[in-house]
Amino acid sequence: MAATLETAEQVRAVTEQKYKYGFFTDIESDTAPKGLSEDTVRFISARKEEPEWLLEWRLKAYRHWLTMEEPNWGKLGYPPIDYQDAYYYSAPKVANKPKSLDEVDPELLRTYAKLGIPLKEQAILAGVEGAGDSPSIAVDAVFDSVSVATTFKKNLEEKGIIFCPISEAVQNHPELVKKYMGSVVPYSDNYFATLNSAVFTDGSFVYIPKGVRCPMELSTYFRINAKNTGQFERTLIIADEGSYVSYLEGCTAPQRDENQLHAAVVELITHDDAQIKYSTVQNWYPGDENGKGGIYNFVTKRGACRGKNSKISWTQVETGSAITWKYPSCILQGDNSVGEFYSVAITNNRQQADTGTKMIHIGKNTKSTIVSKGISAGKAQNTYRGLVKILPKADGARNFTQCDSLLIGDKCGAHTVPYIESRNRSARVEHEATTAKISEDQMFYCQQRGLSSEDAVSLIVNGFCKEVLKELPMEFAVEAQKLVGISLEGSVG
Amino acid sequence: MIEIKNLHVTVADKPILKGLNLSIGAGEVHAIMGPNGAGKSTLGYALAGRDGYEVTEGSVSYNGKDLLDMEPDERAAAGVFLAFQYPVEIPGVSNTTFLKSAVNSIRRARSEKELDAMEFLKLIRAKTKQLGMTDEMLKRAVNVGFSGGEKKRNEVLQMAVLDPAFCVLDETDSGLDIDALRIVADGVNALRGPDRAILVITHYQRLLDYIVPDKVHVLANGRIVRTGDKGLALELEEKGYAEFGVDEAA
Repeated sequence: MAATLETAEQVRAVTEQKYKYGFFTDIESDTAPKGLSEDTVRFISARKEEPEWLLEWRLKAYRHWLTMEEPNWGKLGYPPIDYQDAYYYSAPKVANKPKSLDEVDPELLRTYAKLGIPLKEQAILAGVEGAGDSPSIAVDAVFDSVSVATTFKKNLEEKGIIFCPISEAVQNHPELVKKYMGSVVPYSDNYFATLNSAVFTDGSFVYIPKGVRCPMELSTYFRINAKNTGQFERTLIIADEGSYVSYLEGCTAPQRDENQLHAAVVELITHDDAQIKYSTVQNWYPGDENGKGGIYNFVTKRGACRGKNSKISWTQVETGSAITWKYPSCILQGDNSVGEFYSVAITNNRQQADTGTKMIHIGKNTKSTIVSKGISAGKAQNTYRGLVKILPKADGARNFTQCDSLLIGDKCGAHTVPYIESRNRSARVEHEATTAKISEDQMFYCQQRGLSSEDAVSLIVNGFCKEVLKELPMEFAVEAQKLVGISLEGSVG
Repeated sequence: MIEIKNLHVTVADKPILKGLNLSIGAGEVHAIMGPNGAGKSTLGYALAGRDGYEVTEGSVSYNGKDLLDMEPDERAAAGVFLAFQYPVEIPGVSNTTFLKSAVNSIRRARSEKELDAMEFLKLIRAKTKQLGMTDEMLKRAVNVGFSGGEKKRNEVLQMAVLDPAFCVLDETDSGLDIDALRIVADGVNALRGPDRAILVITHYQRLLDYIVPDKVHVLANGRIVRTGDKGLALELEEKGYAEFGVDEAA
């Protein structure tokens, strides 16, 4: 019940104004000197009291990054990013690490309250009434670069589940971090992932032991607060044999004129018969109507289905950011493993999104499904870019791809760039694509029934995205539906 | 209730209605008949406020208000309903969701309390039953994969749920077999009442056997050329539009 109420609150709050998350919290920050150098990398590592091997790994990444060039193959246009003109570490100043929520800076908690996240489940934390009931969401909140509090940790610990900031995992579970970090997205993977490997600050770590079904949705709310701070989280989720976890990621950022850089890495690993469901609702500040400000979001998300019969499912609703460069992918290594990608990308005004997925079929009878819904309005550009690759040993591999684009107005663009590489004759790959405009007939029909033009757009677009939205967990689905409407405000005459 | 005076409407710069006069009082049912291309559907769209249907002259007063000054959704909230000749498909949006959004938009506009899920379900179940529709049709996406008859029944369902004061039915009989026609007509007749005005636009008099109008108007070349009672429709059926100096091909 608590979760339902919170969702209702959240939805009400979300509908109140355009970008209500554009507030800035005044908290003293501990910030690294501006710019990027080996010293910055050492500073971050030292602040986090990291072991030597991790510092070495970071430095290796940094040195490699210096030899790389920023990719420019995306259908994106933006002024050159000055990597020296940013801060790479910013932590809220706290005398000691908080042991419980009570020790957390109340200013921070207020920020999260404004975000509407159920961080403070006091009753459950305090062990009072109903504490035995299985709560629905556990939250790991990332405030700028440090994860401030993790709720429900105890309940999870009883099942052997580890859910903590990755910096904590480095201290407490180094063997797991060492074994898995960089095993899906190597430090040398791509320009932004390499940058992340050098300067990542925090993020979530999840380990689900053999045979355990995680009893609640795990959730991280990312939020970029300090001025000119890049946010480089690193998330690592491991589902051991026969386990299951559903993970939610929500993102917001305060409204600023300058562009803020965000380059995250997410790695997922499933062993035999395990399943990870990863859902994202990304609502970062998209910039204003003229394209001023907004987040540059360059994210590398990849999952490895290492075990047989394992499954990784990505669901994303991308409504924010000035630039989105993101391709959540699946490496289908285990026989009979399954990869899924469900995506809604909405761009309005001057937003640009180049997003899609990669499905790499390695094992036998591997299956992948891609459903992508791109919506463009205003002067936005929206590109689906996807790769389906079938390797020689992937007998009986199957892929189904459906790419639908919806245009609102006549100044926006939708682009579909599918790549298919099949090296196995028994593989079957299907691709369907459509492009449509919201018809004047549909608009008039809705308005004649009493809907305002904005409600009509929201309804029609929600219908268009339905196949994807229904993949989201309940709590997220309602919020996502509202977001769809909000992000398209002003897109019709 | 509705007073149309000297209405001129152009579509893509082409004059379609050329000085139409029509007045319908509360509680009355009027029928407009006419050959294809006479401007029947244009009248419906102009009254509902569709983009591209430009009123160049004349006035429409609705309960004393200037209807032409209102946006399409404002007209809907004020009680104007148009049953479409070709109901529009909205993929992915269930009939229930669509109707609930419509009902609550209108209630909001009228500063009435919105219906919650239970109240709405109760309302819609009762109306669905009346029209011989199944719950399954409510779950399907708006008009997607509906047969001609189902689409028209769906229009009448929306009308019944939204409870408008002024209804325009644009060729609601087209594409219906006799059974569907009877169901639709029963639905419309159930809505007849002292506070409601209904305008039935049709090509054939067949529908008027079931929905008996108080007045029948013949529309030709953008104007009302004859007005009479139910008998006029039968006369038209017998003699054809040509007898009224109307070129069927016009």
